[in-house]
Amino acid sequence: MGAEFVALSLPPILIGICVAVACALPGNFLVLRGQALIGDAISHVVLPGIVVAFLVTGVVAAGPMLAGAAIAAIVAVVAIEAIRRLGQIEAGAAMGVVFTAMFAGGVLLLEQSDTSSVHLDVEHALFGNLESLIWLDATGWASLFDVQALATLPVELPRMALALIVVAAFVWIFWRPLTLASFDEGFAQGVGLPTGAIGLGLVIVSAIAAVAAFDAVGSIIVIAMFICPPAAARMMTNRLTHQVAWSAGFATLAAVIGYVLAGYGPLWIGASASVSAAGMIATVSGLILAAAALCGPHRARNG
Amino acid sequence: MSLTLVSAKSVEDDRKARFESPLSVRGLTVSYGESPAIFSVDVTVRAGAMTAIVGPNGAGKSTLLKAALDVVKPLAGSVQIYGQPLAQMRDRIAYVPQRASVDWDFPTRVIDVVLMGMYRQLGLLGRVRARHRTLALDCLDRVGMRDFETRQIGQLSGGQQQRVFLARALAQQADIYVLDEPFAGVDAATEKAIIAVLQELRDAGRTVLAVHHDLTTVPDYFDDVILLNTQIVAAGPVADVFTEDNLQAAYGGRLATARVDPESVAG
Amino acid sequence: MLADALLLQLGYNAALVTIGAMLLGVAAGVAGTFLFLRKRALVSDAISHATLPGVGLAFVLMVAMGGDGRSLVGLLLGAALSAGIGLLCVQWLTTRTRLGEDAAIGAVLSVFFGFGIVILTIVQTLNAGRQAGLEGFLLGSTAGMLRSEAMLLAVSAALVLALVVLLRRPLTLAAFDPGYAEAAGWRLGRIDLAMMGIVLLVTVVGLKVVGLILIVALLIVPAVTARFWTERADHVVVLAGLLGGLSGYGGAALSAVAPALPTGPIVVLVSFGFFVVSLLLAPGRGVLASVLRYGRYQRRVHVRQGLLALAQGQPIYERLTHRLLRRAGYILPDGVATADGQAAAAKAQLDEARWAIVRGDLVFVSAATRYDGLTEIETVLTPDQITDVDARIMAPQAVT
Repeated sequence: MGAEFVALSLPPILIGICVAVACALPGNFLVLRGQALIGDAISHVVLPGIVVAFLVTGVVAAGPMLAGAAIAAIVAVVAIEAIRRLGQIEAGAAMGVVFTAMFAGGVLLLEQSDTSSVHLDVEHALFGNLESLIWLDATGWASLFDVQALATLPVELPRMALALIVVAAFVWIFWRPLTLASFDEGFAQGVGLPTGAIGLGLVIVSAIAAVAAFDAVGSIIVIAMFICPPAAARMMTNRLTHQVAWSAGFATLAAVIGYVLAGYGPLWIGASASVSAAGMIATVSGLILAAAALCGPHRARNG
Repeated sequence: MSLTLVSAKSVEDDRKARFESPLSVRGLTVSYGESPAIFSVDVTVRAGAMTAIVGPNGAGKSTLLKAALDVVKPLAGSVQIYGQPLAQMRDRIAYVPQRASVDWDFPTRVIDVVLMGMYRQLGLLGRVRARHRTLALDCLDRVGMRDFETRQIGQLSGGQQQRVFLARALAQQADIYVLDEPFAGVDAATEKAIIAVLQELRDAGRTVLAVHHDLTTVPDYFDDVILLNTQIVAAGPVADVFTEDNLQAAYGGRLATARVDPESVAG
Repeated sequence: MLADALLLQLGYNAALVTIGAMLLGVAAGVAGTFLFLRKRALVSDAISHATLPGVGLAFVLMVAMGGDGRSLVGLLLGAALSAGIGLLCVQWLTTRTRLGEDAAIGAVLSVFFGFGIVILTIVQTLNAGRQAGLEGFLLGSTAGMLRSEAMLLAVSAALVLALVVLLRRPLTLAAFDPGYAEAAGWRLGRIDLAMMGIVLLVTVVGLKVVGLILIVALLIVPAVTARFWTERADHVVVLAGLLGGLSGYGGAALSAVAPALPTGPIVVLVSFGFFVVSLLLAPGRGVLASVLRYGRYQRRVHVRQGLLALAQGQPIYERLTHRLLRRAGYILPDGVATADGQAAAAKAQLDEARWAIVRGDLVFVSAATRYDGLTEIETVLTPDQITDVDARIMAPQAVT
């Protein structure tokens, strides 16, 4: 059991936790600022960014794809903002125009170009393949202390852990400006905070989380983790520090339970194969949100 | 020839006046879309006085404040704080924005809101120490909100929220206090409490500048008044400026309604 | 080949699909306009993503009941049912909890979609080796459609369109003037329900054509595009229908020529093409027109302020003002006014004095609202009125 678990389940669970928490942290601010759907938009435009990066460089490598996706996210946000201001179009509609068009462009580019030799397709982009990220050289818990075995960990794990560190550092360092700009933008500008840059920074950091997560788990889980854990956490407390802590807890819970249910659930009911882990993690996060919405102590609005 | 001599002297006067004034504005035009909200506004605020900005609905009162704080970008003109550009003088200005502009459902407590006033002092990662907390509680005490320290901000009444905002401005420990409609939608007790705090500030030599919409209380509350209707109609001490003719010029046909129902000119 | 496709010469099925896509586009464009004007455009995104578990479960159910599970009617019924549940969840989260609509939409779309993926992986194991073809619902695929499916698509698209036309009055009222609609005895809640019902139908019918990820574009993009061209509400509706129809028609025809490509992205990009052209070139709200207009306006403000400064003997502080006055020949490089400049400055000063009178007098209430610091008073008052005003500038005490 131990050896099998460490080799087959531990890496995906750890990656799932990193993804979930890395998305949930900035998600708190997105939800509080009424920008939850920016997360939706970002995760859709990651695809065209990656495809363009692949077409330009001709290789499937983490660096260029990360850069391409980040650029696509920035392009999308700037375009949404430009359409909103120049055309005086409501933000939701502007978002709908931009991310559908970019996603459509990405799909067509992908289908048109010869990507059959590499692992890049639309379905992979949507739901990833968390289950395949296994650690072949692991022989048991002892492998965690074996440098040689550690070197063969799936590359997604250190990458995702790094993304989590970057996101957490951003939220920690810019906690005060983020809070101030989200709560009272007018006052924030009055004390000289560049609220526009803060908003863009939040979006870029969200994009970093989305891009790093995308390869391992696909975009659906990314949207779910941006929104569900923070939304559920908001109903548990009236303090922002506590909310962020709750959201990280909920994200972790969703990742672990979701993965275990996807991997072992079907076996328990007698079926032979497992189901999509990414889909199950999103489903569990939805169940957590439903529970919080039904009985969270602070679920109702004031007044 | 004589013309250039005059303007050379007026430049010198102007420079001096601006250096002494806590807030001076020259040729300020701000425009949303293609109609100016304020047009070519020149104003010099007197130090150590309480000044009201008064004018009809849509006269650009809030816009003038926001432009003075660089919250909205002007189309033309400049703002100086004690003769310096705003960027170097931020610490000397405290700001109370309109209550309506805030997300009151935000998960934050009263004490946290007041601590936000010390943002520039605390910086990104500076620890909140006992002295910061003491100052914040002291500011809450001055507006009579000490007992509400741990309440969630959305659970307060409108008047209480406004007092907390004032406490946050007090925590900024500034020389100039800029308030946007501080009395809009607050109860009578809060209005009294707020005006008492502002007068205290004035008596301690601070400068107070507030957008105000109740014409009847202007003479009681304020020393100076700026009558604004897109442009400056008149500005100066209340006794000189707050006259029937000037009000007529600022409000036009809306003066009667403004008198009867102060709320109707709010905003 | 493309010409053949556009002229519906690629066979009966392709023609049916193309016509169906066009009808769907018109219905989506019109229905989307109501959604857009009610500022709820992205609710449709939640609805469309929420169809996936329904499609999957319907398939599983039909297989369990002994069918082959591929009946389009059955799949679409399942889609409609789960989309309806998704919509209810959005409504419930928004009204009963403190979540905003954006968070509710995001939560529902991702959770339902995630659950749908779980079902899809179950479907794949159910009949290993047999392609259920449910992936076609993600991005739309009209290639190789059965005759009965193409017929179903065309007929249901026509029915949805008919429904939209039937309900256009209350929908328009609720979108443009909800207050009046209520006063006139309409129940807003019911109209909204009808609107969401139509959006749901459009989504379900469009699943096979555009796919659930991109169907939202069909609802939003034409309405947003139409908004650039007109300020009149009823024109937006008609124009959005037209643009939607063109996108559906053009996209389906293009995709008939390139069967390897999914239909949805093509339709969306055709629609987006119309949008980009409108964004840049529309006369009123277009970017080009706005930029030109703003630059002109800023120059006018600077010149006017510069002239007023000249008239009052104040120096000109700003570089841009200085440059513009120089270019107009109003001042010399050292800032001294030319004869032209003095005349223009005196005129500006007089204009301001006249305006001051106008704005302080009840008689001119309606004229006073035209004041913006730039409008010349001659364009607002008659010469007689100006004479009257001028008399008062000379003798201000005469005013009571």
